[in-house]
Amino acid sequence: MSAKRIVNDVSIQVATVNGSGSQTSNIVLSKTLFRMGIPVGAKNLFPSNIAGLPTWYTVRASKDGYVARKKEIDILVCLNEMTFAEDVNAVQDGGVLLHEASYKFPAGWDRPGVIRYAVPFDELAEKQIPDARLRKLLTNMLYVGILIELLGLDFEVTRQVVTDQFSGKTKAIEPNLSAIQVGMKWAKENLKKQDPFFIEKMNKTQGKLLIEGNAACALGSMFAGCTVVAWYPITPSSSLVENFIDFAKEHRHTADGKATYAVVQAEDELASIGIVLGAGWAGARAMTSTAGPGISLMAEFAGLGYYAEIPAVLFDVQRVGPSTGLPTRTMQGDIREVSHLSHGDTCHPMIFPASMGECFTMSQEAFDLAERLQTPVFVMTDLDMGMNLWMTDPFPYVDKAFDRGKVLNAEQLQKLGKFERYRDVDGDAIPYRTLPGTEHPLAAYFTRGSGHNEAAGYTEKAQDYVRVMDRLKRKFDTARTLVPQPEIQAVPGAEVGLLAFGSTDLCMRECRDQLDAAGLKPSYYRLRAFPFTTHLAEFLKAHKRIYVIEQNRDGQMFDLIRLEVGSELSAKLRSVRHYNGLPVDARSLSDAVLEQEGMKSKAAASKASAAQHHEGMD
Amino acid sequence: MTAAAPPPAATNRLGFTRDVYKGGVSTLCAGCGHDSITTNLIRALFESGVNPYKVAKLSGIGCSSKTPAYFLGKSHGFNAVHGRMPSIATGAKLANSGLTCVGVSGDGDTASIGMGQFCHLVRRNVDMLYLIEDNGVYGLTKGQFSATADQGSKKKGGAANPFELIDCCELAMTLDCGFVARSFSGDAKQLVPLLKAGTAHRGLALIDVISPCITFNNHEGSTKSYAYVKDHDKPLHAIDYVEPQPEIVVDYDAGTTKVVDLPDGGRIILKKIDRDYDPTDKVAAMSALEEARHAGVLLTGLLYVDPKKADLNAIANMVDKPLWSLTEAETRPSKAVLEEILSGYR
Repeated sequence: MSAKRIVNDVSIQVATVNGSGSQTSNIVLSKTLFRMGIPVGAKNLFPSNIAGLPTWYTVRASKDGYVARKKEIDILVCLNEMTFAEDVNAVQDGGVLLHEASYKFPAGWDRPGVIRYAVPFDELAEKQIPDARLRKLLTNMLYVGILIELLGLDFEVTRQVVTDQFSGKTKAIEPNLSAIQVGMKWAKENLKKQDPFFIEKMNKTQGKLLIEGNAACALGSMFAGCTVVAWYPITPSSSLVENFIDFAKEHRHTADGKATYAVVQAEDELASIGIVLGAGWAGARAMTSTAGPGISLMAEFAGLGYYAEIPAVLFDVQRVGPSTGLPTRTMQGDIREVSHLSHGDTCHPMIFPASMGECFTMSQEAFDLAERLQTPVFVMTDLDMGMNLWMTDPFPYVDKAFDRGKVLNAEQLQKLGKFERYRDVDGDAIPYRTLPGTEHPLAAYFTRGSGHNEAAGYTEKAQDYVRVMDRLKRKFDTARTLVPQPEIQAVPGAEVGLLAFGSTDLCMRECRDQLDAAGLKPSYYRLRAFPFTTHLAEFLKAHKRIYVIEQNRDGQMFDLIRLEVGSELSAKLRSVRHYNGLPVDARSLSDAVLEQEGMKSKAAASKASAAQHHEGMD
Repeated sequence: MTAAAPPPAATNRLGFTRDVYKGGVSTLCAGCGHDSITTNLIRALFESGVNPYKVAKLSGIGCSSKTPAYFLGKSHGFNAVHGRMPSIATGAKLANSGLTCVGVSGDGDTASIGMGQFCHLVRRNVDMLYLIEDNGVYGLTKGQFSATADQGSKKKGGAANPFELIDCCELAMTLDCGFVARSFSGDAKQLVPLLKAGTAHRGLALIDVISPCITFNNHEGSTKSYAYVKDHDKPLHAIDYVEPQPEIVVDYDAGTTKVVDLPDGGRIILKKIDRDYDPTDKVAAMSALEEARHAGVLLTGLLYVDPKKADLNAIANMVDKPLWSLTEAETRPSKAVLEEILSGYR
């Protein structure tokens, strides 16, 4: 055994076959680490399939709170023969391969730096799990038991996790616990520990939660008083509305059982956004949730929402494109499309939550913004945030009044004696609206996607058209003052700034620590919304080189910023892109920044001779 | 004696004059069937005493979809995108259950680009009146065939339509639409009571109104011309609609009259013409339509009705108060609820 103990700093990847029940084992492992007080991040790298295809799950435990995916794999659990030949090369030197004993290593495979533990999983399952029907599902629990023994996890914590996990089906608790104990016993009797990885209890997760962004956004929507939801199932956004339905069933019915909301599973995304716009037009807080392919279909209605000025909230849980792309992999690939979705001159506010807390609070802000600005507002998350377990502090309860925007009722119309739907009365380019059903002779107006004047009358007159379009442009300027402001960590004297947003933020502290260690010490600008606020130009002015970090091939945010800030400032911009569909890791980003800076990280220097994979990294 | 004061303008049961139900001046071609439908709609809504402030007028794109600008000038209107008015209507009706939704679509808007949304609107049984102003032709783009053009019908210039038509009434019946009617824009006597009954019906009421296009589809060889429709129109019954009344005082001849009671107390009175026709028998209705189509006859009247089918708002089991008007107190769960939910994520 190695002399050096590495405590509470390990990345574990589990290779299994999907549909085999591996997800439950993975969650049990993640939650055991979490409840032992060690910060964890868990990523499910799954196929677009129900059963039979390879799937991987990574769990990272880090005493330093680095919970983004780690580029290097410390322990690889191989339970999928199909991918074994590739998996054996994924683990780094000094790492561990824990594999089913019967798997054959590829001919010529010889990596003395990798520690191997051969475990007869199938044989153990055959002998120790009496119920043949459950055997396949429980085999995955064996690896949990072996890791408990190997890493020194607290089985009592695991016992509680399993008990909670199966609270709905208590019959499953005992078989799962005993499968775990079979693994523990075998490891104790047969494994000689050769690796340096240990887990010890600490207290860095006290009071924290593990939750998925789709659940957090669903909760945000429910607490925002969302009343109409229309959706079409699509990975990775489906669980957002499914969570909403589950929460609303419990918490949004009156004492007599009536619902204070309606959910429609529409025939497609065109109808989803249509229903949301119809509801928004009639005054309801309405939302839909989708992913890139759905966004493409919604383009036509998005333009109507913009031009006719109708509130709507759209969640875009981004996945890898183009086209069907990789439906179960993550990307920030819809930035450019959403920003100007639809034909003609359109632009849409986007907000970028970067944590589970922000998924909750910014979802609520989105409804206020949409009604205030009378326009579709896009909440941009992605598969990594939406479907993976992220650690978070409990969400703050927001109790301020909803902002329902500028809506005139019958009494107000009576007092005003005049109403023109598209006139800028207040000078902020946001007009007043009335809702259908308002009982007053002045209330009615005609909503249309065709040319209209300030009185909402049909027009093809050049000056009428331009007047409305120019006001819409000014309304977008008003939006700058209302959208979530950026979070800036300025380092005094720093020449270099980093700019990132959304799920990338999860690895940015680690990335910056790596850059600090290499001597760069950059400032950090966490962008939280489009349109950009005035802080952006100030940040660019204050730094010599600004790295725009994002998860797509083309530097979509980089382009949006370049369009906005003008040629002088945009000459300072650099682009770092991560786009292979895996959740972004700190090392890939810091290496890319250092490379462009003409510097080298310590890790890169020591590995200079080793061939590095840079697929999907630029 | 002084000169007599002008007679007061006639008002309906809500005290509104007919003018309130009128809209802007039509910009359609003179003689367009759609304008007759507009006139009949104004009359039906006025006479029925529908509250104009509670009406939402909805349409898609096309000549027909322009017409909501020509009636009910005091009602909110929404001219949506092509073929997708059904989704807008669905959302509006969910947000405000108190709205009377009147949708106007065309044959292109419904049977081609909007086919998917139309089917799902019917399937969900959204409570609204849905008119198809059906002329078998694309007017605004100058005369292309639509999907409701009869096979063999001739375009201006002589080209015959090679494809089978889509019969929106038959389609709606296969989707179990609770109110399916067909009429002719030139038949006010039939159309007005159908419009009244369709508005009163709870659920989706489809009326496919054959409405000749005076400019692009009114020539010899067209099966949607005025002359052709007049010659081939075969009304199933003489129809009347009686508003809800505290007491039914009219006597009906049970042998020749069928009465359909609507949930709000209104009654549809169908008087036999020359055959027995039961509009509550869907299978019979569908075979009547099929037979008529093969015989080259245009059956008009109330084809099928099921007044008891649950509509979307009923299925959604929502509170009575319109969803849009719910307050923070009614829609935002308490802090304790948030804490309880979050405790499940430890």
